[in-house]
Amino acid sequence: MFVDALLLQLGYNATLVAIGATLLGIAAGSTGTFLFLRKRALVSDAISHATLPGVCLAFMVMVWLGGDGRNLVGLLLGSAISAWIGLLCLNWLVQHTRLAEDAAIGAVLSVFFGFGVVLLTVIQTMGSGRQAGLESFLLGSTAGMLWADAMVIAVGGAVAVAMIVLLRRPMTLVAFDPDYALARGLPVARIDLAMMGLVMAVTVVGLKIVGLILIVALLIIPPVTARFWTERSDVVVLLAGLVGGFSGFVGAAISASAPNLPTGPIIVLVSFGCFVMSLLLAPGRGALAALLRHLRFQKRVHLRQGLLALAQGQPIYEALTLRLLRRAGLVRPDGVATELGRARAAKALRDERRWQAVRSDRDHEAAAALYDGLRDIETVLTRDQIAEVDRGIGGPKGVPA
Amino acid sequence: MSIELIASQGTVATPDRPTDSPLAIRGLTVSYGQKPAVFSVDMTVQPGAMTAIIGPNGAGKSTLLKAALGIVRPLSGQVQVFGAPLARQRARIAYVPQRASIDWDFPTRVIDVVLMGLYRQLGLLRRIRGVHRDRALTCLDRVGMRDFADRQIGQLSGGQQQRVFLARALAQDADLYLLDEPFAGVDAATEKAIIGVLKSLRAEGKTVVVVHHDLATVRDYFDNVFLINTSKVAEGPVSTAFTSETLQATYGGRLATVQVDQLAATALA
Repeated sequence: MFVDALLLQLGYNATLVAIGATLLGIAAGSTGTFLFLRKRALVSDAISHATLPGVCLAFMVMVWLGGDGRNLVGLLLGSAISAWIGLLCLNWLVQHTRLAEDAAIGAVLSVFFGFGVVLLTVIQTMGSGRQAGLESFLLGSTAGMLWADAMVIAVGGAVAVAMIVLLRRPMTLVAFDPDYALARGLPVARIDLAMMGLVMAVTVVGLKIVGLILIVALLIIPPVTARFWTERSDVVVLLAGLVGGFSGFVGAAISASAPNLPTGPIIVLVSFGCFVMSLLLAPGRGALAALLRHLRFQKRVHLRQGLLALAQGQPIYEALTLRLLRRAGLVRPDGVATELGRARAAKALRDERRWQAVRSDRDHEAAAALYDGLRDIETVLTRDQIAEVDRGIGGPKGVPA
Repeated sequence: MSIELIASQGTVATPDRPTDSPLAIRGLTVSYGQKPAVFSVDMTVQPGAMTAIIGPNGAGKSTLLKAALGIVRPLSGQVQVFGAPLARQRARIAYVPQRASIDWDFPTRVIDVVLMGLYRQLGLLRRIRGVHRDRALTCLDRVGMRDFADRQIGQLSGGQQQRVFLARALAQDADLYLLDEPFAGVDAATEKAIIGVLKSLRAEGKTVVVVHHDLATVRDYFDNVFLINTSKVAEGPVSTAFTSETLQATYGGRLATVQVDQLAATALA
């Protein structure tokens, strides 16, 4: 069943949903990257919740004009307008009051959403409202998806991606260093507004599949997932698009493979799965890599400290240090240093003396800056320089150089 | 009264056509809330020279620079760059912001930061080519950071980060360089590298303006000073405008008399 779904073999509706969800995921992931880089991820939550009153009002207006209240383009247009008003309210609050952005987001989000819920209730009491099914915009609903709906998503997603390609440089510059962007004469406020406009567009076209409550996940999870794998912002955009598209496709396939599985939430869960995998497994920034790095470092520190203690004839109490020294064949099981252990200990002590000399010598400032208690002095100074340091501290005593 | 007297003494012969100065500011006032951060400041930067903007903490040094660049909107006043309004001269100005204002975990490498300096050449869609990359590497070379081109910026020391930002400004190939506290909290090697680059810019006839906090190095590094404490205190060549009187007037009680005397002594030496 699931394989059939992956291969788009589950019929017309499932295929439409899968294609639509993939395109939506790509657009949302790459758009969301700029929100994430600009550190305004939560603004998208305010925008998406602000779509609800627009959806309801559009429905009421269309019914009032005697048309079909469920016309998707009309509903999306309404949602776009109210989302835009919400965004402008948010910007106004941040710029003209002392309210911080998080508080302003909370205010806009709750007021618009509350108003929307009130309107939903009003629509329930309308004669033609009962079958409207506007609640499906809260969490998305793909059951009755039409060719036209898929086209709306495809066109909206394509426009968003094209705009990202066009605006990627100014948006990156503004996200990284807004003061510098201003100094170069970039219209920073308008670029920010354009970025939010893109987010709004993605939100609006995503209402049908994912719904307004969960769209924020599709905007934010892909970029934070992608961030684990690269140190380049352009690659983050690309990977986030891929993660979003992958989540959309696989999520749609999973939900099509079994009855009564909601599409939007499954897509979000798939992208969350990608996030957890990246969090754990990514090299460099991943949690496991960090743990391994820490353990390796800890081992080096303990070995070094153990050797210095051996050289100075001090007792070693720390169990981990003793275990590491034993495993490296530097001490016997009873804690007495082996031949190799004594030699290594003497070298460690001598290197420490050399470092002391280097660090108190202004001529070696650059080398001294690299001292961390662990680095081998041979990696910092040349043989000749070490020889000179040794002359300064009286040369090695009874140890082969 | 004495402040005004000093100011007039400190003023050097302004150029014949002051509007052709690389940076001419008239009556600039910037205010955050009700209290002006910069009040009614006039400034005329000499071309081809290195000028230090000096003053105590919170005296409006950075604000003056930001207003000159249009980053903060002034309450009143005019800014002319090379005799024309700021908006038309953007391409001739390079700005090095304070290090503190940057998120160092941003996913970008050293070379990407320098390539941002080529923003105007690249425009919206042009691909980054070998020539652009070579230019960025040359700029990194000038600040001694070429070997770090592929590092993520968060992996650099504070001084190295500062040098990368100078390299980005160099990539712009501007005529006027404005730097905000480039020597704050950097290591000795970086300070040497930066001042070397700034002096070579001056040798090429470029104009350099630096917000500076270290009074001890003013004499070694700069040709002119601009002393500010919300309003202008003195402006002119180091020899005439950087004196114990002007410093006392700028810093008031914040600078111990001993320090002032020492600086004045080095002034006479």
